[in-house]
Order: sequence, then structure tokens, then C-alpha cells
Amino acid sequence: MALVIFALVALIVRELTQGSQLALHKFGWRFLVSSDWDPVNEKFGALPFIFGTLVSSAIALVIAVPISIATAVYLTELAPLWVRQPLIMFIELLAAVPSVILGLWGLFVMVPWLHDHLVPALRSTLGFLPLFQGPNYGPCMLAAGVIVAIMIIPIITSVSREILRSVPGLQREAAYALGATRWEVTRIAVLSYAKKGLFGAVILGLGRALGETMAVTMVIGNSAQIAASLFAPGATLASVIANEFNEATGNLYPSALFELGLVLLGVTVVVNIFAQLLLKTFAGPAVKPQQ
Amino acid sequence: MTAPNHRWRKFKNAVVQTLTFACAILVISPLLLVFYHLVKLGFSSVNLAFFTQLPRPVGEAGGGMANAIVGTFILLGQAALFGVPVGVLGGVFLSEYGSSRLNWWIRFAADVLNGVPSITWGIVVWTLLVVPMHSFSALAGGVVLGMMMIPLVMRTTEEVLQLVPGGYREAALALGIAQWRTIAQIVVRTALKGIITGVLLALARVAGETAPLLFTALGNLGWAHKLNEPIAAMPLQIFIYAISPYDDWHRQAWAGAFVLLVLVLAVNIGVRFLTRDRFGERI
Repeated sequence: MALVIFALVALIVRELTQGSQLALHKFGWRFLVSSDWDPVNEKFGALPFIFGTLVSSAIALVIAVPISIATAVYLTELAPLWVRQPLIMFIELLAAVPSVILGLWGLFVMVPWLHDHLVPALRSTLGFLPLFQGPNYGPCMLAAGVIVAIMIIPIITSVSREILRSVPGLQREAAYALGATRWEVTRIAVLSYAKKGLFGAVILGLGRALGETMAVTMVIGNSAQIAASLFAPGATLASVIANEFNEATGNLYPSALFELGLVLLGVTVVVNIFAQLLLKTFAGPAVKPQQ
Repeated sequence: MTAPNHRWRKFKNAVVQTLTFACAILVISPLLLVFYHLVKLGFSSVNLAFFTQLPRPVGEAGGGMANAIVGTFILLGQAALFGVPVGVLGGVFLSEYGSSRLNWWIRFAADVLNGVPSITWGIVVWTLLVVPMHSFSALAGGVVLGMMMIPLVMRTTEEVLQLVPGGYREAALALGIAQWRTIAQIVVRTALKGIITGVLLALARVAGETAPLLFTALGNLGWAHKLNEPIAAMPLQIFIYAISPYDDWHRQAWAGAFVLLVLVLAVNIGVRFLTRDRFGERI
């Protein structure tokens, strides 16, 4: 029964490559670097979606990484014992919130708030950067980044917490014995020891960010363009598949979407393998699998 | 060490304490905000009609999501049927049998599969079942959710089986009990609560999945009578309502999201309290 796992891997790879045969033959490598996405004229290029996926994930990481690692540090090193359990439970519950519900909240609560408050504030303070210029639409790349950050924070936090917990107590005691404060102990003895594992946790979060679908589809604005502004709508590999797959007619159009799926699968699998290797070499099999 | 230096270090320590505490609060605030808005905007639309009636056409107020609620449970039932046996038996294999090298690869593949985007599963099952059957179907929806459950259940089952002390196995084997009976009657039975916890958590996880259902179950505004027909599911219905331009439908989306979230969180909190003493910390 355990071998079913390998069968599933084979199945995914086979179906996706077969489905995208047509587009693979027609466009070759150009598919990856062309920015045309014109279903009417059967011109397909993946670049706007690769761009959107990378940008939204990058925003998410910029927000999520410091917050998650700080929270993990607080939970394992600094917090009083009685607040740890309730906080951990809340974080695990946040991880359990379905993507579509976060998307709904993002669409009707967060996007209007961004539009009315955050975007004008960013424009007036950081408006000299091209990133923060341009019209304020509502659904946009920034909204996607923020919602993805909310989704990956619990993952990065709980993996980081496991990593920090696996740091031997002797490390800490040695630093305490030298007269270090709590924060100094954390910095010298814990964080530098756990660096590699924490990096693995971040990469695992990146893997989730790249493939996140529903919440992103609902707040990104879905437009196949490459814009410098974070306030412009965009699309990701996952969101365009979710949006257009059921409407794709003919042979080439679905095949191009399959190829986008193949690109997405390739990227997430590579990122995940990298993350798993980092985590496994850091902590052995003791670090629990993340759901 | 001079005194001012010491004071500076104490000050830095306090700053970091405060900052990290603020981060922890920031992390849980979306959960509280989402819940607050769901209660505010969704709770008022949750009434008897919501659980008993079909969706009404645009423009008519009222109606409910009865078909989607039933649909979600039908899909979950199928997913459990396909996913649980494979997942649990696979987990038993990983924990009790197999060579360490093979198991390393299986574990590795399962962890990577857990990271495969849900939308990818959707298009894979679309080619596997929807195209040959010439129809979107409840069956395809159940299969895709079941497939996603397999690596999840497999890994959690293995985890809890590993927690069973080796002495139990040795004691049973020493009494001359066959290995398969030792595993079935001693090891699995000891860890049963943990295995069930893992299965419930996996079900709660796939219950909220939307992306893989878009191209498999498709959604349905009425009742599905057979497994080869498209079927409604709560997350799908929430998505369709949310992106529609109608206020009535938005209200229904909030109500649906409220019910779905309560369901998912109830399972998550419930299993935590049930299994806190023995396996709570590990899962």
C-alpha cells in the first residue's frame, strides 16, 4: 500500500506531460519566456503567470518570514509557559482555515481596507519607487501577497518551532553560564545553531506560497500582464488554471493550461525537495510532516 | 562588564521580548478577524432554510445550501473510502515493515506529494476520470480528495505507530504471536486513537479544498442523484457565490463560510481535547 505513493507520483507526472504534449510541441521553450496570453488567437506564453507567482510569493515571504520566525522564537524561548499552549493552538487553527474562506474574507474585507488605507499610505511614503506607483484598483498583486503570507505564516511558524525545540538544552545552558541574557542566549546559542533548519522551514513555506490557489484567485484581479506596480492586478500559474480551465475550448488552449500546471508542479516539487532535504539533514526524521 | 553595558543588554532583551510578543499577536489576529467578520456577516443568514433548502435563483431572497452540505459529506465519505485504507496500511508498512532505505524514499515522496498544489491534483483527476466518463462527477471529486488524503494519513499513522513503545511489540512476539497479529491487535489497537485523530484532521483539511473540485465535482445548484453527476460542495458554492455580483449570494457565501469554518474548527479543536493526554503534543 505504501507503494501507492510512487504510483501517485508517476500518475501526476504522466497525466500532466501527456496533457501538455500539444503545447510542448508547438511552443517548445518559447512558452516559458513569451508574455503573450491570447486564447482567441491561440498564442500562449507562461511568463506573466511565472512573474505573478514569483512576485506574490516574494511579497508573502517578505511579510511572513520575520513574523513567523519571531513568533517561533517567542513561543520556544521567551514566552511564559502559560501563554504557549493557547497561542500554539490558535496558530494551528489558523493553518486549518480553508483557503476559500480566507479568500472570501480577503475579497470583501481585506481588499477594501488595502484600497482605502494601506495603498494610499504606501503611495505617500514610498511612492518614489516604481513598485508603489500606479492606479489603485482594489484586487492586486499586493493583496495576493498579503493573503498568501497569512496562509504560510502558520506553516513556517510551526516548522520553525519544531526546529528550535530540537536545539539541545546544553547549548542554552552553556550560554546562560556565561552570563548572557535570554535574547543573547537565543541569538548566540539557538538561532545560529538552527540556521539551516529555519532556512528549510522558509523554503517549505515558499513551496506552499507558489501553489496557493483559491485565496489568490479571489484577490489578485486575474489579468495576464506584467506590471512593475504592486497595485496592479496580476495572475499566477495556479490562479489562471483555476479561472480558465473550465472555459478552455479547442485542443491547444487546455494543453497550454496543462503545461502551466506542469511548470507549477516542477517548481513546487523542486522547492519542496530542497526544503525536505534541508529539514531532514538538520533534524533527522524527528521533525513531523506538515499538513 | 560595566554597569551601563549591562543595562543596555537588559534593555535589548526587553525590546526583543516585546517585539516577538507583538509578532505572535499579529500572527493570530487574522484568525480572530476572519472569525469576527464571519460571525458579523454570516451568522444572521444561518437559519433553518440554510440547512434545508436549495439555492434560489438570482433575485429571490432566501434559500439555502442543503445540497452543498450533503454534497460535502458525500464527497468526504468517498474520500475516506479511497484514502483511509491506503493511507493507514501504508503508514503501518512504513512504521512496522520495509527496509530503511525504501522507507526513506516513500516518506520523502509522501512529503513532496503533500506539497503538490491542490489545483494540480484537480487537473490530473480531470484527465483520469472526467474525460473518459464524459462528465464531471461526484466520483471524480471523491477520488481527488481521497488521493490528497493518502500522503497525509500515511505520515500521521506512521507517526503515532512510532510512539507505541517497542516493548509492546517484543512482549507480544515473545509470547509467540505472529507479527501480523502483533501489529493488528497490539500496535494498531494501542495507537488507534491517534490514527483516528490523523484521519479526522485529514478529512477536515480536504473538506475545505476548493481548487481540486473545480474540474471534478464542478458544483450543482440542485441535488445530485448519482455519483456520475456533478455535485455541489460547500467550498465550491462559497467560491461561486463570492465571485458573483449579487448581494444575496454574497450573504449566502458568508453564511456558508461560517458553517464550514465552524465545522472544520470543531473537528480540529475536538480532536485536540480528545487526545491531549497521550498524543496531543505530537499531532
